[in-house]
Amino acid sequence: MPQLDFSTYPPQLIWLAIVFVALYFVLSRFALPRIGGVIEQRRDRIASDLDEAARLREESEKALVAYETALAEARARAHAIAQETRDKLNAETNRQRAEVEAKLAEKMADAEARIAKSRDAAMAKVKDVASETAGEIVQQLIGGRITKASVTKALNDALKN
Amino acid sequence: MSTEQGHGGGGGGALGVDPMHQFEVTALIPIKIGGLDASFTNASLWMVIAALVVSLVLLLGSSKLVPGRLQSIGELAYEFISNLMRDVIGEKGRPFFPLIFTLFLFVLACNMLGMVPYSFTVTSHIIVTFALAMSVFIGVTVLGFMKHGVGFLKLFVPSGIPLVMMPLLVVIEVISYLTRPVSLSVRLFANMMAGHTMLKVFAGFVVGLGFLGGWMPLAFMVAFTGLEFLVAFLQAYVFAVLTCIYLNDALNMHH
Repeated sequence: MPQLDFSTYPPQLIWLAIVFVALYFVLSRFALPRIGGVIEQRRDRIASDLDEAARLREESEKALVAYETALAEARARAHAIAQETRDKLNAETNRQRAEVEAKLAEKMADAEARIAKSRDAAMAKVKDVASETAGEIVQQLIGGRITKASVTKALNDALKN
Repeated sequence: MSTEQGHGGGGGGALGVDPMHQFEVTALIPIKIGGLDASFTNASLWMVIAALVVSLVLLLGSSKLVPGRLQSIGELAYEFISNLMRDVIGEKGRPFFPLIFTLFLFVLACNMLGMVPYSFTVTSHIIVTFALAMSVFIGVTVLGFMKHGVGFLKLFVPSGIPLVMMPLLVVIEVISYLTRPVSLSVRLFANMMAGHTMLKVFAGFVVGLGFLGGWMPLAFMVAFTGLEFLVAFLQAYVFAVLTCIYLNDALNMHH
């Protein structure tokens, strides 16, 4: 077994020591600081990017809130304006309707008065016609003359009852 | 090196191939310092290659905010070990991050490069894994005494145990603590060596059984190679996790 050949031990140990120390020197002085530095740098970069992202998100959330407030405000204002307009229009309509109604009432009263007047006139005429007709009928039936006054009197009595 | 030549011979049969030959260490450039043999061997070569691969992958990657492929590999490894240490040790383990990172990637690279045909698996040598494990063990122990002074010995005294049982349990705890470097190194070394030996043995079968029967061990080898890649990663991971757990004992001392 070549591993147990003691004469090979000194050169192996010497070269192992030399190579290992040299490798340790190279790695610890040059390679590791470099790699570690890059990893550190990347970690910092990622952390700062994350911070930046968080900041931007906060900002956008703030903007969203502002937008929503503005929107709500605008909506409220629009609502108020609409309400005002509606109220104004309602008032105007009511006023006009009241005017028209008043005018109509007036006209109606007028018309009613006229109708009453013409009815009265008609009624008076009816009385005349009735008395005349009654006189004629009585004259035909009894053949005698009859005064207009007595016919009217009799008619008035009849109309009274 | 003539490791693979018995293989190429074809008709030599399964027994004609020495599966242990791949673990042999041969000097490429003989160097002697005083009386000490410090030759640049094939093992040294693959250690250097592993270190170079790790360094190049981590250094050549760009350092952009959006990573490319190579950079992703580095970052993946970085976060992997970083998360592991945070889970096991917590923030106190931060100063030891480069060490665990280097340990993990070095072992991983050695394991993975061992899967390259004709390469040499550095971690299949007990002396290498034992040296790594022993360094971790000694380092952790020294750190524990530095942090907690004599209080570090409380690690060996389990809480909520009747006094009568205490001597026995303390002995067990001490033994289990002392065997840590052994289990840590043997686990890695044995896994690597066994896997590679097995592959080589079955490769011998493929050649030995020829066209008629060779496809069976070949199919097994394909599957087993996949498994070996998994083992190569897993053992590096286990090595790093256990090192973290030992480090955690020294730093935080909960028992």
